[in-house]
Amino acid sequence: MNRINKLFQEKKNILSIYYTAGYPNLDDTVAIAEELERSGADLLEIGFPYSDPVADGPTIQASSKIALDGGMTLKLLFEQLKDLRKTVSIPVLLMGYVNPMLQYGVENFCKSCAEVGVDGCIVPDLPMQEYEELYSVVFKEYGLTNIFLVTPQTSTERIRKIDGLSNGFIYLLSSSATTGQNLQVSENTEAYFSRIAELKLSNPTMIGFGISSRETFDKACQYANGAIIGSAFVKQLKQDDVAASVKDFMKIFKS
Amino acid sequence: MNYFVNEKGYFGDFGGAYIPEMLYPNVEELRTNYLKIIEDEDFQKEFHQLLKDYVGRPSPLYLAKRLSQRYNANIFLKREDLNHTGAHKINNTIGQILLAERLGKKRIIAETGAGQHGVATATVCALRGLECVVYMGEIDIKRQAPNVARMKMLGATVVPATSGSKTLKDATNEAMRDWINNPVDTHYIIGSVVGPHPYPDMVALFQSIISEETKKQLIEQTGNDQPDYVLACVGGGSNAMGMFYHFINDVKVKLIAVEAAGKGVDSGHSAATTSLGKEGVLHGSRSILMQTEDGQVIEPYSVSAGLDYPGIGPQHAHLFKTLRGEYVSVTDDESLQAGLLLTQLEGIIPAIESAHALAYLEKMKFTGKENVVVCLSGRGDKDMDTYMKYFDL
Repeated sequence: MNRINKLFQEKKNILSIYYTAGYPNLDDTVAIAEELERSGADLLEIGFPYSDPVADGPTIQASSKIALDGGMTLKLLFEQLKDLRKTVSIPVLLMGYVNPMLQYGVENFCKSCAEVGVDGCIVPDLPMQEYEELYSVVFKEYGLTNIFLVTPQTSTERIRKIDGLSNGFIYLLSSSATTGQNLQVSENTEAYFSRIAELKLSNPTMIGFGISSRETFDKACQYANGAIIGSAFVKQLKQDDVAASVKDFMKIFKS
Repeated sequence: MNYFVNEKGYFGDFGGAYIPEMLYPNVEELRTNYLKIIEDEDFQKEFHQLLKDYVGRPSPLYLAKRLSQRYNANIFLKREDLNHTGAHKINNTIGQILLAERLGKKRIIAETGAGQHGVATATVCALRGLECVVYMGEIDIKRQAPNVARMKMLGATVVPATSGSKTLKDATNEAMRDWINNPVDTHYIIGSVVGPHPYPDMVALFQSIISEETKKQLIEQTGNDQPDYVLACVGGGSNAMGMFYHFINDVKVKLIAVEAAGKGVDSGHSAATTSLGKEGVLHGSRSILMQTEDGQVIEPYSVSAGLDYPGIGPQHAHLFKTLRGEYVSVTDDESLQAGLLLTQLEGIIPAIESAHALAYLEKMKFTGKENVVVCLSGRGDKDMDTYMKYFDL
C-alpha cells in the first residue's frame, strides 16, 4: 500500500504542510522536510516554483520568485531529493504548474518522482481532461497519485468524476480564491462541506486555502480528514534560522 | 488542413484550457454559451449597429499611393487606427461587453499592455454602465500615461501589476487572480487571442470583422478579394488574427505576421516569440512561448508596450507550425523608422505596434503588380513620447 493511502487509513486530523522548494535558502528543501516530520507534520507538499503562478497569492508567489532567483529548477530539486527517503518517511507530494513539468517531460518527471520517493503531485492548472487522456497512464505506471482540487463552485457531477480519477485524497478549497486568504467558515462554506460529506466519496478529503491557525485547522478537521497549511507556514520561515522557525510554527498545532 | 478551432478547443496541437479548478466554472460557462450568444440574431444586430454607429466601421481600406510608389506594390492600409479609441481593440470589447451582459455579469476586469485594450474596455464599460477594473504593469503605466488618464476619466480603476516584469504578462496574471477571487459576477475581457478556450476563438471571431470588410473593399477597389500578401504585427496576435481570419483558407494569400525583435532577436532584449520560443503552456493555453529550459517564462522586451508579450495565441502557433503563416520580426529601430516614414509619406502617425508590420515592407521584394494589405492596427498618439525621445523632436 502506498504511503498516502496508509496515512489516511491510520490517522485522523491529518496536518499537511506546503512549502516552496529553495526557499528561504536554496539548500533548505530537505532540511525543512526533516524538521517538519520531527515536529509532527503528517504529509508534505513541496512546491516547485514557477514564474507565473496564477493560483497563488502574494506570499507563495514571492517565495517562488526568491527560489527561482536563487537558482531553483526541477532538475536541481530532484537532485536535492535524491536521499530524501533516508531521513523522511511521511508521504511527500510535489506541487507546481504544468509548464515546468511539460518542459521536464511528463514521463521523465514521473520517473524522477518515483526514483526519489515522491508519492504524488498537485498540478492546479493541469485540466482533468488532459490528465485523463494524456497522462494518467504514465502516472499509474510510476505509482504516482494525482491530487485534484474541488471548489465550492465545482458541480456534483464533476466531483464524482474527480473522485473516480483520484487515488489518494481530494483537495477541497475552502473558498474559490487564490492562496493566502483567511478561512471564513460561513453558512455557505458549511453547506458546501456538508454537501461533500453527503456525497460519501471513495477518497478522503483535505481542506486547504485559508488555514492559518490552530482554530482554523480544528474547524477544517470537523469537515474533512485533515487540512493543508501553505502561506501561513511560508510566511513564518526565517532565512537565518530555518529549523527554529519550523519548530516554533509547528508548536501551535501540537500543543 | 483545418486552421480553426476543433470541438476540444484546440488549433492543431495548440489551445486547450489549462486553468486551475477555481476558474473552471467561469470558463465552462463561457465555453458552453459563447457561440449560442454570438450567433443569435439580436446579438449580431446590436453588435453590428454599435460597430457602425459607435466605432465608426467599416474602417477604410486606403490605397497608400506614396507608400506604394516607394515599395513598388499596391499597398493598402486597413485603417483600424480610425476606430473610436484609436485601435482595433474596440471590436473585441464591444463584442465581449454584449456577451457579458447576456451572461448577467455586473463587473468587468481586463489586462492591458499599451493601454489600448484597457481604454477600449473602459470605454465599453462606460457605454453600458458596468464597473471596470483594469490591470496594467507598473512599467507600462509609466510609459503610457495618456492612456492611463483616459481609463481613469472613463471611470475605470487602474490597478498596477507589480510582480515579475511589471508588464503585460504580469497584468494578465493579476487579472486571472482577480477572476479566481470573483468567480460569480465578473467577466474577464481578455484583449488578445490568448487565454484558455474559448477566448482565442472568441476574440478572433470579434476581430474577424477586419478581414470580412477588407475582402469586400478589395473587390470594390481591385475587382479581386484575394490580395497577394496580408501583413500584421503580432504580440498576442489579435489584430493579426482579425486581419488573417477570412483569408486563412485562401491559400494563395500569403499571411505575414511581424513580431517585435526589440534590440535584435539574439540581443537578450526581444519579444520575437516564434524565433526564441518553444511549445508550452501560459495563461491557460498550450502555445509557443519564450521560456527557459526549466519552463520559466522569459520576460520579453519591445519598445512597443503592446508587443512585449512572451507568447502568441494558439491559432498563431498553429499557423506557424503548419507553415500557413510566415512569422518574421523587425527591431525597435526598424519599426520606429517605418513609423516616421508613414507619417512623412502619408500623413498618418501609426502606433509603434502597427509600425512593426510596416517595417517588414522594407524586407520584401515586389514586381509592381502585387496587392498588399497591411493592418494599421492603431494610431500613434499614445506613442508620441517614445517617438519624441527617439527622433529628438
